Amino acid sequence: MKVDALVIATGEGSLPLATGTIDVLGYSPGLVSSPFEALPTFLHANPEHPYRIAGIDGVEHALAWLAETAESLGYQGGLVRNRWVPTVLGGLRPTSMLPRSMVSADLHANAHAEIVVAGIRGYRDFHPALLAANLSLATPPSGGRTIRARATEVEWPGNSSDLVPFRLARRLEEAAVRREIANRIRPSLGGATAVAMPALLGRERWDEVHRDLEGRLERDVFEVPGLPPSLPGLRLSDCLRRALRRAGGRLLLGSSAVSATRVDGEVRSVTVTQAARHTEVKAGFVILATGGFAAGGIARDRDGTLREPLLGLPVHGPQVGAEPTSPRFLGSQPLDRAGVRTDPTGRPLDTAGEPWARNLYAAGAVLAGAVPWREKSGEGVALATAWAVTGAILGGAQ
Amino acid sequence: MSARVDPMGSSDHLESGAALVRSSLDACIKCTICESACPFAVATPLFPGPKTVGPQAERFRSGLSSADWSVDYCSGCGICSRVCPQGVRIAEINAQARARLKERTGIPLRDQLLARPDVMGRLGQPVAPLFNRAVETPAVRTIMERTLGIHRSAAIPRVSPRTFQSWSRRHPPAPGPDRVVYFHGCSVNHFEPRLGRMVVAVLEHQGLRVDVPEQGCCGLPLQSNGNFPAARRYLTRLAHRLAAAADVSVIASSTSCGLMLKREGREILGVDDPALADVSRRTWDIFEFLRDLHERGLLRTDLQPVDLCVAYHAPCQQQNHLMGKPAIDILSLVPGLRIIELERDCCGVAGTYGLKREKHDISMSVGEDLFHDIRGLEPDAVLCDSETCRWQIAKATGYPVVHPVEILHRAYSGGGRPPRARG
Repeated sequence: MKVDALVIATGEGSLPLATGTIDVLGYSPGLVSSPFEALPTFLHANPEHPYRIAGIDGVEHALAWLAETAESLGYQGGLVRNRWVPTVLGGLRPTSMLPRSMVSADLHANAHAEIVVAGIRGYRDFHPALLAANLSLATPPSGGRTIRARATEVEWPGNSSDLVPFRLARRLEEAAVRREIANRIRPSLGGATAVAMPALLGRERWDEVHRDLEGRLERDVFEVPGLPPSLPGLRLSDCLRRALRRAGGRLLLGSSAVSATRVDGEVRSVTVTQAARHTEVKAGFVILATGGFAAGGIARDRDGTLREPLLGLPVHGPQVGAEPTSPRFLGSQPLDRAGVRTDPTGRPLDTAGEPWARNLYAAGAVLAGAVPWREKSGEGVALATAWAVTGAILGGAQ
Repeated sequence: MSARVDPMGSSDHLESGAALVRSSLDACIKCTICESACPFAVATPLFPGPKTVGPQAERFRSGLSSADWSVDYCSGCGICSRVCPQGVRIAEINAQARARLKERTGIPLRDQLLARPDVMGRLGQPVAPLFNRAVETPAVRTIMERTLGIHRSAAIPRVSPRTFQSWSRRHPPAPGPDRVVYFHGCSVNHFEPRLGRMVVAVLEHQGLRVDVPEQGCCGLPLQSNGNFPAARRYLTRLAHRLAAAADVSVIASSTSCGLMLKREGREILGVDDPALADVSRRTWDIFEFLRDLHERGLLRTDLQPVDLCVAYHAPCQQQNHLMGKPAIDILSLVPGLRIIELERDCCGVAGTYGLKREKHDISMSVGEDLFHDIRGLEPDAVLCDSETCRWQIAKATGYPVVHPVEILHRAYSGGGRPPRARG
């Protein structure tokens, strides 16, 4: 079915800051080795969690959709088992899907006899010695022996002005630069079977960069995402933008939705900003995907009132007088769970518990009940709820 | 009152538009999204990136002193402001910082010249054939590069021997009851009067009476070259001339000059003039206007088939209108026309940036992906709403590059031959 879709985006969204891996469920609260097995119990214990809108089937479908839509990025994995990938500090974190440039970063039992962590001297956001030292202390939760990792740092063959992520990524798309980098890494390889590198291996031509380095080093090469900007996240963002455009959808980047018109229980139009005035966009269906507290999709007034600023939807979360945060930085933060409550199909509820509008849906971090950074569920919630509500819209529109 | 800055600077902020732009820097969380979207930072180390040069360096600027010169290498394309999720007006902050830098250092003769296309047009017009032959003579261009600093390979438009204004004065107005004002800009007046005639024809075809008041430059090239006082004078004069016909829509065919009226004059230059505020609200890009007519069922759709495959490039300033791509929406109505949407952000020229000796190579490197895509597609023509971008793309690719209104004009006047290459 052909749908006329418009995405109104105040800025690029958070993908350029994200790892490019797809987290579904990493902790519940203990470490999860199989999201597929853990999800029923998790949902039972967290009946308000946004995953309930999609169900486990919906999560699976959403991941399959991503693998197909972002086929050029070569995503692998799924719900059956979590992958264990190194962080830029050398910890291991669980995630469900990896793009091809990170597939060999999955450090399940004895995946690699030894890893060389190769950094670039002078690049400030990737410290191979730190990464390798911490990684050497880790044992994959799936069993096996301690990971063996060692660090090397090579001189950059270009100018020091190249040593920022977007320029390094562009320069690495040049064959001559790669040849030189590979020549400088090669003497340190020894018996290593894999090379970990900062996630800077090209933007558009990442596949060529990655394959070429693997060929030259005769080892598995994988990217380790670190501080933003994140090239794997940018590639995914580029890829999804292209997919939207090719499907006939439109993106209004830099504009903001400021209000909506609701008549007889239906949203009729959304008012958006333009250069000199506001304009109304008529819509048959509207999906609210404005993000959580950090993105501004949920706001908190000085008196402690939580608001959903665009439509004024009631927000479920710590109420006035309740402590919104915990003094323990990594502790449970009540504000994290704040968001919009919905009916089982993803339609936000009004104060009486009825859908605010028949044709309004919500997806992603604006929904109440998830703590993505603790659960490691951010991409999963975004994908699964988007999948579920678009399915509800397409089904309802037929 | 909420302290939050409306990231889009709605027309409510007229009085203090320019000040609010600067204060938006406090919303920067240094997420680097702008740095990875900037087409210039990746192309040259001379521009360290919009975050570094914008909100970050701005904190160290006081009065006229600036931490360094790098802000001069910002092209002002505005992509950073569009991708910023926090509503920081990065490109606008940079434009203001550049003007303060130029206040201190002075503006070179070359930039003063490039910033006044109307003066160039007026000087060239009486001797148009000579002027046009001269700018195409390599020896002359070498001298121009050495003496003025205008790059020998940069695209320079041909001056028309007759201005659009002189044509329109003799053009009998259509009798329609509904009027619009056509803001043609310097480029149509001096370099592309044919485009202006097509705009008038397309609008008259809708039954509209098209008024073409005396106008003049909007000050955009002066603004991007850091001469704010002159830019403000030009813009204010223009706004008063366009405001004379009260309550009439003002239609612009130059998308970047239209944006000057809509927003940049208020927010970058800080022009706080009721005439500009008034004109701002009723300024429309030509295709934005036609799309609005179409949405209200008022656009004539007697469109003949145009059997062409065209590639459309939405220039940066067109995207900064935040109106989507109305040219595609409208041209999709033309039977037989195949439109391919190009997927690159910037052609690199950024008005006068790519004409400068020290910046031309950067500009070409920024545009290379776009040029590459065009060459791969082998379209019959490339469509683009901005004149300097058209000239840059035509020069770099050799393909004919036309304003999308040319295709619509052709469809209304019965199909016809494909566009010819420039020059």
